[in-house]
Amino acid sequence: MDKLAAEEIYYEMIRGRAFEYAAKEHYMQGDISGFLHLDIGQEGLSVAAIKAFEKGDVFSTYREHIMAMARGISPKAVMAELFGKAAGVSEGKGGSMHLFDPSHFFYGGDAIVGGHIPNAVGCAYARKYQNNFDGVMVVFGDGATNGGAFFESLNIAAAQKLPLLFLCENNRYAIGTEITRVAPFEKQSHKAEPYMPALEVDGMDAVAVYKVIKDAQAYIQKGHGPIFVEAMTCRYEGHSMSDANRYRSAQEMALCKARDPIERMKRVLTERFGMDEDAIGALEAKAQQEVDEAVAFAAQASEPAPEALYTHIFVEGGSHALS
Amino acid sequence: MLYREALNKALDETMDLDENIVVLGEDVGLYGGSYRVTEGLYAKYGEKRLIDTPIAELSIVGNAVGMAIGGLRPVAEIMTANFALLAFDQIVNHMAKLHYMSAGKITLPMVVRFPQGVSKQLAAQHSESYEQMLCAVPGLRVLAASDVNYAYHALKHAIMSDDPFLFIEHELLYNKKGEVDTETPIDPFKARIVKEGKDVTIVSYLKMVDDVMAAVPKIEEALGCSCEVIDLCSLNPVDYETLKKSIEKTSRLVMVEEDHKTGGYGAQIVSWAAEEIFYALDAPPLRIAGKDTPIPYNRTLELASIPTPDSIAEEIVTWSRKNNV
Repeated sequence: MDKLAAEEIYYEMIRGRAFEYAAKEHYMQGDISGFLHLDIGQEGLSVAAIKAFEKGDVFSTYREHIMAMARGISPKAVMAELFGKAAGVSEGKGGSMHLFDPSHFFYGGDAIVGGHIPNAVGCAYARKYQNNFDGVMVVFGDGATNGGAFFESLNIAAAQKLPLLFLCENNRYAIGTEITRVAPFEKQSHKAEPYMPALEVDGMDAVAVYKVIKDAQAYIQKGHGPIFVEAMTCRYEGHSMSDANRYRSAQEMALCKARDPIERMKRVLTERFGMDEDAIGALEAKAQQEVDEAVAFAAQASEPAPEALYTHIFVEGGSHALS
Repeated sequence: MLYREALNKALDETMDLDENIVVLGEDVGLYGGSYRVTEGLYAKYGEKRLIDTPIAELSIVGNAVGMAIGGLRPVAEIMTANFALLAFDQIVNHMAKLHYMSAGKITLPMVVRFPQGVSKQLAAQHSESYEQMLCAVPGLRVLAASDVNYAYHALKHAIMSDDPFLFIEHELLYNKKGEVDTETPIDPFKARIVKEGKDVTIVSYLKMVDDVMAAVPKIEEALGCSCEVIDLCSLNPVDYETLKKSIEKTSRLVMVEEDHKTGGYGAQIVSWAAEEIFYALDAPPLRIAGKDTPIPYNRTLELASIPTPDSIAEEIVTWSRKNNV
């Protein structure tokens, strides 16, 4: 990773954290409603994985604000979507959990745990059919690895040798249920090992994540078939804003935060690339400003028109019934 | 031409036109399809376009959704409707919703085909009908082919459309004979008047259309009346215009369906009639439907669980006499 890439990743990590704190604040104020899943603590993984997987398609989960922005969707369009406004990336019809933009090859934003994995498999089939081996990256949590959709997908992707990168963000908790209470092991890569190469990485280390995803994409580009990457990570907040995070001890949270991905990336910039505090401070100010502008944009944006209720049900004909 | 051959012709002609069209499902390729609908296509288009899948229905529909996102036009086959239940998350949460949730940024040009209904002694896990559930999901077009010509044209339309379609077939119709008129296009969303009449409108779809037609001579003879028979063809959207015109003429509505009566699809048609054209009716509508039981294996019990030409005739005659119509 060169200095430019490192600086970009660091910038998007701090912008991501500032964005998530702003979203939390506006959720508490009532500007944002529904389910809101914050990515605080996992910023290094989200940003570095997306930046490393430069070409190709990405399918993600409901904890995807930072990934969507790393793919190029503007913070304004994401924040406006959280506010439910017409200027949102999904015009206020999707909300926090459903950010889609095919022009950035980003397909959500899926809120059925594991439900998007078979979609990513199908997209990988399409890419192989089109002789495009940049492939597809599908991101999911440890919770998704216990469901049938996941196992069916491992089997089909391997049988068909599809260009598919499975990225498991293992933060060890499915809402409040610790992974070892419902699965026989800590590392979910064991589930993939019979089907494909399975790599592990420290998800709190953005540099390491960047490298492993680059290597993994190089593997699928050779047409060898799918590959599995498991990133061990930690979310600082509850599963969503409705989760008070009572199931983790203060000691466990302290150990988690001692691995902070932003502090770690900052040390890479200062120690390896010789950036000084002023330059880093300038990045932080810029990130905060961008988030403030996104909030201001979302706050003043228009509500969807009443007719929007009936648009986009179908491509042809528009409405639900022919009557 | 047979019904299954008409479906095969629709697949073949569209696949020939557009190499983005692929077919996936259990035994659709090398084997030629459980009901021989895809016969010959594997040899012609190869394994990349006739994709034999594992027995994993969730993935069959889930992968089709992803293929459509990736620029293909998949046609998925589910071997029988009961197995589609394993794919309901993908049908309901993904296939029906991604276009809306993405504000139109994602389009899903795809079709899921499946046969359903009571065949012959296949028992409760291979005999059911699910249009009532599927039509309750906004975002899906639901067609039901009772007729050879309609099967050909409607399947072609569904494959060429940019919307997601569920295409329902009936297991007992695959060997039904009929003519295909390739010259005359049809509107797949328009109901088909199978037989004109002036005294009672009998609405049906899928295989029940044939059973109604078999019952009609007995009804007309017993009551000295003439029946108009309508095949809905498109279950969502519904061509209410054609129904309205017919009922305004006959003043009487009978709805015949094979699925279970409680919560069954026909309830929507009768409810619409009560809300919208109540004063055009001279008698309470009659619903003839399957019994509220799982479908039994025993042939006598099985036939007792669904409408048959005899039971349809008997119920309509009794209803007619009771209501003095």
